[in-house]
Amino acid sequence: MKVFPNLVVCEHCDAVYRRPMLAPGESVRCEVCAASFHRAGRLNVDRWLALTVAATVVYVIANVCPLIRISFKGLHNEATLWQSVAALAHGSAALIAVPAALTVIVIPLLHMLLLGWVLLHARRGRRAPGFHIAMKLLVVLRPWSMLEVALIGILVSVIKLAGFLYVTPGVGLWAISVLTVLFTLIAGPDIRHLWDSTESAVRS
Amino acid sequence: MSTRPRALELGVIGCHTCGLVCAAPSPANQAARCPRCGEVLHARRSDGVSRAWALLLAAMVFYIPANMLPVMYTDMLGHGSNSTICTGIIEFWKAGSYGIALVIFIASVAVPCAKFLILGMQLITARRHPRWARRERARLYRLVEIVGYWSMLDVLVVAIVAGLVKFKALADIEPRLGILFFGGVVILTMLAAMQFDPRLIWDGNET
Repeated sequence: MKVFPNLVVCEHCDAVYRRPMLAPGESVRCEVCAASFHRAGRLNVDRWLALTVAATVVYVIANVCPLIRISFKGLHNEATLWQSVAALAHGSAALIAVPAALTVIVIPLLHMLLLGWVLLHARRGRRAPGFHIAMKLLVVLRPWSMLEVALIGILVSVIKLAGFLYVTPGVGLWAISVLTVLFTLIAGPDIRHLWDSTESAVRS
Repeated sequence: MSTRPRALELGVIGCHTCGLVCAAPSPANQAARCPRCGEVLHARRSDGVSRAWALLLAAMVFYIPANMLPVMYTDMLGHGSNSTICTGIIEFWKAGSYGIALVIFIASVAVPCAKFLILGMQLITARRHPRWARRERARLYRLVEIVGYWSMLDVLVVAIVAGLVKFKALADIEPRLGILFFGGVVILTMLAAMQFDPRLIWDGNET
């Protein structure tokens, strides 16, 4: 099949452009539909990998440490992210625990692991074993990571409970705040540039 | 209107997974795969419109029990009460937390309703290809994709408060069936938005 590596197509409206040379952080704004596409990442592969490793460490802290502690009439309680999701798995609405666990726990972790694996090899200009499937999964999984929604959810819960209980933020809340920032940084760049940057390794 | 050539006219397809521009198969209905990443190449996902309709209608049906049924049961010192999404917002408003009431109203009411309207409008216009407000319709579609998942907020709030408030007879919070339907609305509308091919907005009578 004939391919045209010197062309790019706007995925939003199908307009065709000659492949531009982009400086880091630049993107093409489509003159037809005004969407920005073909974004060049601000991060080089080394920094991208470093942030991914950092995000994974913070992820562990965010999942092990309690998000919030509450006190009520001399009793104390605290909950981690996992315990919160598990609390949904009771009664008639139990099924909702599955998408909740996937979107705030499983998919973000899978995203970081796959990205780390791909970047680890991309540093040396190579394609990791399972590169194709990892890259496809990264594209499919991206819209289903909802860490930032979880963060706002925790803050809303703090205010909701502060009306009748004594509420203190836990280490997990700080960790998930940092994780949200790191995750946005690592999941933001257009992953598809890795197909181009590792192309030479396949040809030779 | 820009005269920029489009991939469909040039007989090429941009791969959705890796971005490589490939020659379209001939005849056009023949299945082809991207030589770089192996993904099936679609000039247009035209069956996506019917699938998006099915998912959107299902989401609208789910939205009714999501609002009618309680999402949470609160037991405080023996006094039990059910709350729906609307009563949750009203409680915050009455307590003077206008900001939080607004955040939850936007995430749980405004965003889902806007998604129903915008996606419905996209699906109706996708079949007729009018040239009317193409840029604006494209912008609205991208907006739906960006803000759509924020509706999951209420599900996660119920998860966190139900996970925390577990004091046996003194105080207890449990999730209720409404939250399952509400989560269903969020997932179904996200899937509907993904099924819709935004390139359809720009098809038909170009000049």
